[in-house]
Order: sequence, then structure tokens, then C-alpha cells
Amino acid sequence: MKTASPSFFKATMAIVQKDLSAELRSRELLSAMLVFSMLVILIFNFALELDPDVREKVTAGVLWTTFAFAGTLGLNRSMAVEKDRGCMDGLLLAPVDRSAIFFGKAISNLAFMLIVEAIVIPLYGLLYNETRIFQPGFLGVILLGSIGYIAVGTLLSAMSVQTRTRDVLLPILLFPVAVPVLLASVKASGGLLAGAEFAEILTPLNLLIVYDVVFIAISFMVFDFVVEE
Amino acid sequence: MQTKPLTLKILDVASIIVLAISTYLALVFAPTEAVMGDVQRVFYFHIGTAWVGLVGFVLAAGTGIAYLVTKDMKWDRLEVAAVEVSTVFFFITIVLGSIWARPAWNTWWTWDPRLTTAAVTELIYIAFFMLRQGIEDPERRARFGAVYALLGGLSAPITFMVIRLFRTIHPIVVGSGQGEKLPLTSDMRVAFFFALFAFTVIFIDLMWHRIRLGSLEEKVEQLKLNVSM
Repeated sequence: MKTASPSFFKATMAIVQKDLSAELRSRELLSAMLVFSMLVILIFNFALELDPDVREKVTAGVLWTTFAFAGTLGLNRSMAVEKDRGCMDGLLLAPVDRSAIFFGKAISNLAFMLIVEAIVIPLYGLLYNETRIFQPGFLGVILLGSIGYIAVGTLLSAMSVQTRTRDVLLPILLFPVAVPVLLASVKASGGLLAGAEFAEILTPLNLLIVYDVVFIAISFMVFDFVVEE
Repeated sequence: MQTKPLTLKILDVASIIVLAISTYLALVFAPTEAVMGDVQRVFYFHIGTAWVGLVGFVLAAGTGIAYLVTKDMKWDRLEVAAVEVSTVFFFITIVLGSIWARPAWNTWWTWDPRLTTAAVTELIYIAFFMLRQGIEDPERRARFGAVYALLGGLSAPITFMVIRLFRTIHPIVVGSGQGEKLPLTSDMRVAFFFALFAFTVIFIDLMWHRIRLGSLEEKVEQLKLNVSM
């Protein structure tokens, strides 16, 4: 199917640019994700009574749960917009490789998630006077975890928007499949916060990388089947 | 729809017979385990159902790939049959495990790696059915089902590896590991391997029935379509 199409990279970037500039104008997705994240942390604060002793153990878990919930919100919205306004058909008609659409959507979804994280993490640090979360290792784990979560999430959201139950279905589909990412990330980032040696968190870190690679590859391969009409 | 083939009829009878024999072997023939006592007898069916449960899930991932490659509906019917029968068997595995765990571990449930993986796997395949229910177009339903079965089949082993980072108390019968070993006497082995065989026969029988039901469903759907046109 090689036609005089723009390069793969250009096509991907065009989609990312479209999503980012649309978001820059409306800001509806990011604001929803941010407010939602703060609400989740607020609820955790009272549900778990986050005093210093408890925080010692649950900071990584609280942050990851927040990101996972906010992530589904963003994933749902970003794919629903394409579907509702018929943009998806337009994208599919474009003479570009279908996987460029996948990578474009995945990269913009990742950008939204990282922006939310970049605001929520410092806020959490500020609220709880928690400076340990700014270490580069912790942020690296957050990045790796987000990549895996978004890769499989983008694929599944493309599926769930085409079903009758739509938004309700995405978390149900995504959470059980994303369990390894969430667990490995919590394990690795929790270990870092507890001041563990690098060797101790190497196994969850490796599994996280394996998951990222496997699921990016598989999502890339099957995305065609998900969007074809 | 043709009448039931003779082989299937024989298989039906054989299933009942092997189930009866396996029950006898597990409850009467096998010696009582010295430490755990009679409750250990639940183990034969526990392993039997777990075995066919896992076979079904691997089969589903395989038929998922086969469907995506060939687009032949027969793979879809096989996949649904495998997942449906396996989900039930796997649920039985979890329930039987709980019955054993109550006296052995003094709890119905613990977040042990195998137990957690089993729970997550079961949830993946419940999500599989929720996904399929939300799609009317049979061809799209088959496509999405295949993609999800594939994702589930890939994610479950990684889940297991991740959770193994936390400690395990589940006894190990097959394979190696640091967990508690469960030595089997020769009579126990007979009951054990016969249970595996019995459940394999029952699994094949049920699969066959479910596949026939699947083609019947397809026929009804086709007839409904003809009437409405």
C-alpha cells in the first residue's frame, strides 16, 4: 500500500500536533484530568488518613492509582472526540500508514498524561512536604509506567469507543490487562521512595521495560484490526 | 443443524464415566495426606480444572491470532467456546482452592501471586465477554474479541512474574521453585494424572457442544437478518 504518502514520522507528528493544538484551545481534557486527580488525592487523604507513617508506605500506590484513574478519563475523551465528530473516518481515509494514527494518538495521550503528572507530583510534594518524589529514578519509573499504560490504553480505547457501553467499558478492559504495569511501577517507585538499592528494584524495572516493549509492539501490530471498517 | 454426531455422543458418555472414576480415585482410592488430612483430596480436581482452564486461555490467544490472520469465523467460535468453558472451570479452580485454603492457611483468600494472577485472569475473561456483548456486528465482535484474547494471554504471564516479586505460600506440585513442595505417593499420582485426563475429556466435550451452539447462534442471527430484510 505504498503511495505518495507523507513519511511515517511526519504523519505521526501531524496527529500529535492536531491533538495538542486542539487541547490548547479547549483545555477541556487536561482540566478534567487535573481536577479529577486532585479529587482522588483528596479522597485518599481522608480515606487512608495520610499521616507521615502511612505515607511512608502508600505514596507510590496513591500516585499510581490517581494516574491510572485520570488516565482512563483522558484516554476515553481523546478517542471519543475522534469518533463523535467523525474525525476517525477522516484519519482512516488519509493516505498514511494506520499505525501512524496509533502512534500519533498514543504520543498525544502520553503527553496529556505526563502534563497531568508534572503538575500533580509537585503538588503532592507540596501538600505533604514530600521531597523524595523528585529524585530522577522515581520520575523515570513514572515515565516508563505511563508509556506502557498509554500504549495498551490507546489500543483499548479505540476498541471501547466502538462498542455500545463505551466509556464504562474502558476501565474494565484496561485495568486487568494493565495490572503488570501498575504493580511493577508501584513496586519500583515504592522501593525507590523507601531508599532501596538500585539492584533491588531492577527486577520490577526490567519487567516494566519488557511490558512496555511487548505491548507497544503488539498494539502497533493489531491496531489495524481495531480501526478497520 | 445436523443431529449430534456419534463421536460426540460417545464423548458425552465417556465424560460422565471418567468424572465418576476420577471422583472415586480422588475421594476413596488416593491415600489421605499425612499433614493436611482429607481436605487435600480437593487438590485433584483443583489441578484438573486449573489445567483445562489454562489450556483454554492459551487456546483462545492462539485462535485469536488465527482469526486475525484468516478472518474465518470458525476460529471465532472456537475462541468463544474456549474462553467460556475455561472461565467456568477456572472459577471452579478458585473456589476449590479457597475450600482448601481455609483449613490449610486459615483463610479463604490471600493475595498470593498465583491467587492474584488467577483472579486477574478471571477478570480479563469476564471483561472479554462484556466487550463482546457491547458489539452488534458479528465480524467486529470477532475481531475485537481476538485482539483482547491476545492481550489477555500476553498480560497474564507478566502479571504472574510481577506478583512473584512479593512472597508466595502456594504449594508447588509441577515445576520448580522455592515454595513448599507437595510430595505425591504413587497412588496419589494415579489420582492426579487421571484427574488431568478426565478434565481434558470433559473440556473437549464441552468445547465441542459450545462450538455447535456457536454455529447455531450464527444461523439464528442470519435467519433474523433475512426476516428483517
